[in-house]
Amino acid sequence: MNIVVRPHGLTWVAGHDHDHDRIATTLSGFWLFMMSDLIIFGLMFATYVTMLTPESFAGGPTPKELFELPGAAMETAALLTSTFTFGMASLAIKYDRGLSKVMLWLLVTLALGVVFLALEAREFTYMLAEGAVPQRSGFLSAFFGLVPLHGTHVTAGVIWLVIMLIELNRTGLTGPASSRIARLALFWHFLDLIWVGIFSVVYLGGIA
Amino acid sequence: MSHGFCSLIFGRLDVESLDFLKAFFHPGLNDIILSGAAWVVIVGAAVTAALLTWFRLWGPMWSKWLISVDHKRIGVMYIVLALIMLVRGALEGVVMRAQQADGLHGGFLSADHFAQLFSTHGTIMIFFMAMPFLTGLINIVVPLQIGARDVSFPMLNSLSLGLTVSGAMLVMISLVIGDFSTGGWSAYPPYTEPNFQPGVGPDYWIWAVTLAGLGSTLTGINFVVTIFKERAPGMSFLRMPIFTWNALCTSLLLVFAMPPLTVAALMLAADRYLGFHFFTNALGGNMMNYANLFWQFGHPEVYILVLPSFGIYGEVISTYSGKRLYGYVTLVIATMAIGFLSFGVWLHHFFTMGQDADVNAVFGIATMLIGIPTGVKVYDWMATMFRGRIRFSVPMVYALAFMVLFVLGGLTGILLANPPVDFQVHNTLFLVAHFHNMLIPGTLFGLFAGYTYWFPKVFGFRLNDRWGYIAAFNWIVGFVLSFMPLYAVGLMGLTRRAVSYTNPAFEPWLHVAGVGAIFITAALVSMCVQLYVSIRDRELTRDIGGDPWDARTLEWATPSPVPAYNFPVIPHIHALEAFAVAKGAGLGYQEPVSYSDIHLPGDTYIGVITAVFGTALGVGLVWYMWWLAWLAFAVIAVSLIARAVLGDRHPVTIPAAEIKRKYRAWLEVVRATAPVTRALEWDYRNHGVAAAEYTKEAAE
Amino acid sequence: MSAPKTRSREQAYRHDLRGYQTGFFLAALLTIIPFALVASGTFSTIATMWVIGVLGLVQIVVHVRYFLHVDLSRQRREELYLMLFSAALVTLMIAGMLWMLFNQHTRMM
Repeated sequence: MNIVVRPHGLTWVAGHDHDHDRIATTLSGFWLFMMSDLIIFGLMFATYVTMLTPESFAGGPTPKELFELPGAAMETAALLTSTFTFGMASLAIKYDRGLSKVMLWLLVTLALGVVFLALEAREFTYMLAEGAVPQRSGFLSAFFGLVPLHGTHVTAGVIWLVIMLIELNRTGLTGPASSRIARLALFWHFLDLIWVGIFSVVYLGGIA
Repeated sequence: MSHGFCSLIFGRLDVESLDFLKAFFHPGLNDIILSGAAWVVIVGAAVTAALLTWFRLWGPMWSKWLISVDHKRIGVMYIVLALIMLVRGALEGVVMRAQQADGLHGGFLSADHFAQLFSTHGTIMIFFMAMPFLTGLINIVVPLQIGARDVSFPMLNSLSLGLTVSGAMLVMISLVIGDFSTGGWSAYPPYTEPNFQPGVGPDYWIWAVTLAGLGSTLTGINFVVTIFKERAPGMSFLRMPIFTWNALCTSLLLVFAMPPLTVAALMLAADRYLGFHFFTNALGGNMMNYANLFWQFGHPEVYILVLPSFGIYGEVISTYSGKRLYGYVTLVIATMAIGFLSFGVWLHHFFTMGQDADVNAVFGIATMLIGIPTGVKVYDWMATMFRGRIRFSVPMVYALAFMVLFVLGGLTGILLANPPVDFQVHNTLFLVAHFHNMLIPGTLFGLFAGYTYWFPKVFGFRLNDRWGYIAAFNWIVGFVLSFMPLYAVGLMGLTRRAVSYTNPAFEPWLHVAGVGAIFITAALVSMCVQLYVSIRDRELTRDIGGDPWDARTLEWATPSPVPAYNFPVIPHIHALEAFAVAKGAGLGYQEPVSYSDIHLPGDTYIGVITAVFGTALGVGLVWYMWWLAWLAFAVIAVSLIARAVLGDRHPVTIPAAEIKRKYRAWLEVVRATAPVTRALEWDYRNHGVAAAEYTKEAAE
Repeated sequence: MSAPKTRSREQAYRHDLRGYQTGFFLAALLTIIPFALVASGTFSTIATMWVIGVLGLVQIVVHVRYFLHVDLSRQRREELYLMLFSAALVTLMIAGMLWMLFNQHTRMM
């Protein structure tokens, strides 16, 4: 191509219909979505903290009476380990360790996610049975606004994982599938990060 | 049928809630107006459907528009929605002005009806007029200005539109079935809590705003990524047109400022539906937190509304002054500074809520700081016009009116930023005058300027200028007459949202404001006439060359109406205002060296599905028809998952030969078209090819 | 594929694996310490709160670095700026909110 056009403003050259990295673009979009979600969680945390006053307990149960360390510790262990196992799945994809290895690690992650949800459900049932219902006080409303919101996100992640496992089982590790797993990995790690906030602020801060 | 079964299907919906029957039950002026509005919606929908059937337009509307992912078509659909909602919102404003002009004698509306009017007026004008309008313009213009084929996520774009439409549909449905909230557009608890408003009103507000808010968040994500990732080669950040910069800032605000609204609305929903105590009086709720969360969204929202118009004014002033934009870099910095500062001032919306003077002082000073970058912008626009050869086109008339009126409104804003002043005029019509003074010249006039400016780019013919001037005149006069008196009565102590008053001193001012409302009605009519006349005369005002205003940015370098693929090949950018520079060098219309195939995304049903089932979801939630809500939610979720798993199954490929043929044919026509000088800009001889007049000197 | 390239790929795998292991180890450590402190009640409430807060923030950094792979390298600049921007905004919002609401609270009591 020896066309010498002195670049005045703009030039029309074919072939630059950038076949750019779709995966990078979708990941950027997903990052923005997570940051938007981060604002939501941030505000729920702040609301929760403003509800840690005697007036907002409204004579109902207080964090000290409600929360127990062993339960929170088990939930944390499940979620923290699952974020590591998801990392192993990501590595297996990145270094072509084979479909079965990827699926195995994802299955382990899924199992840990389900364990986490089951533990959380058990905790909520216990609380509700004790009369610690969200309708009892502003504090409990804030608690049931924040922690189950995280739980709902984990549920969405679990459903997403199930769909991905079905897809992997049917079509193998295609380009779009691994792009989606990369996004799901971000989501999963992000949820773990939010959980760090929850166990620090809600459970440890409440019991200490 | 047992009552239980009925309520299982219809929830709390009954015959009493059908507004269009109210006039028969209680024939009085108030209820006749209420039912009349409902009938207007019903008849309007029926007539539209009949016309579409008569002209056999259902097919084209479906295949060319509703399922399209083309950013220009999605943009047009947003603007159509905005214009429809504008008519409703503006007419509600007119009715309120009429009521207050007559308010000394009690007026003709019931207090409850008046409260619904100001609530829907605010909700509609913000969420369903201004936001779709600016989103539509961003959709149409930004990908063209940055030299992209489409947005980064075309399917998501359609989904966002569907969510916005379903929110708007809910507000429209509230006119026909049940009442809307009477709690204002900000829906403050405890008044919107169930013990004060047990009906469906606040629920309509909650779901309309939540659905539309989700759509806006996704739009924000889409455009941030588009602007970051899809720019043509050579278009560095500091070569982006100023409108794109403002669009980027607006999109960032959408991503980060919509979440607080979602949080506030969903917490209110938890209070109303599940008996939570986020904002209640009793049991430790904190209603101040609602005001806090709402304005953490609400203040950045002001800049979401106003920044795109700032961008439009930048383009318009530079184009119609025939000059490069003065102080481009300072405008960019000012835009980003405004965007960031807008997150730090929300407390000035509730100076009177009871925090101590230190807190108020900090937020008052932060508020005044925003005046600095805004001032920079105003001076930059003025300097752009200085020694330019200004053409007083319709967009320019809007821009000039804006500069005068907006500075005035800004000054009252600086007044309000002082907590002691705010304590005096808080919750009076002074405030109403202030924010209309910001939003009508600052947002609406800008959107109209953009509408006039880019209309030929989208449809391939110009809007009629005579009716454009008439509309602009009516808008400007109508605005001044309607809102300047409100400053006076506000200072005299008339509170906002008052259905009637007892002080006769208010009356003359409100009569003047009522006259202003007549002008605004005339403006709406003129805009309809303008559209009709323009379509009638479209052959005379054809924009063949695609550059009717001798404009400066990339969107004018491609044919009008723009083909689906935007550009025959992706341009390489070598300068700011690249098209103006190229024209200055006599290289405005170059033939590409070679062409290649273009791949475009295929159509999608996602937008239509979301619009229909999003509306159904809202209706189900509002009326406690749980089966409907679950069904609609499941349909949306399953279709989204299916679309994600299946991917785009029908992508379109346009062969290089076809693009080459079309582009060459267009270049032929352009060469055969007589270029016009700026003196003939609004003449029938202007067919979109600009004569090299003073572009050359101005480009450098 | 040539032998050295395979080896370097294997090395890269090891390197990445060690990253996840380090992250997991640090995260576990930063979790166990505050849990143990609260369980034992060694320190005063205020001191414990401070430790929980600081370790929580450190752990967030660990997650961002080792699991989300956002570090100071050039390729990850975009994500880093985005995260810092979001963190700045969320801090501004939360700080303003807590300041104002607790200020109102003390004035009402």
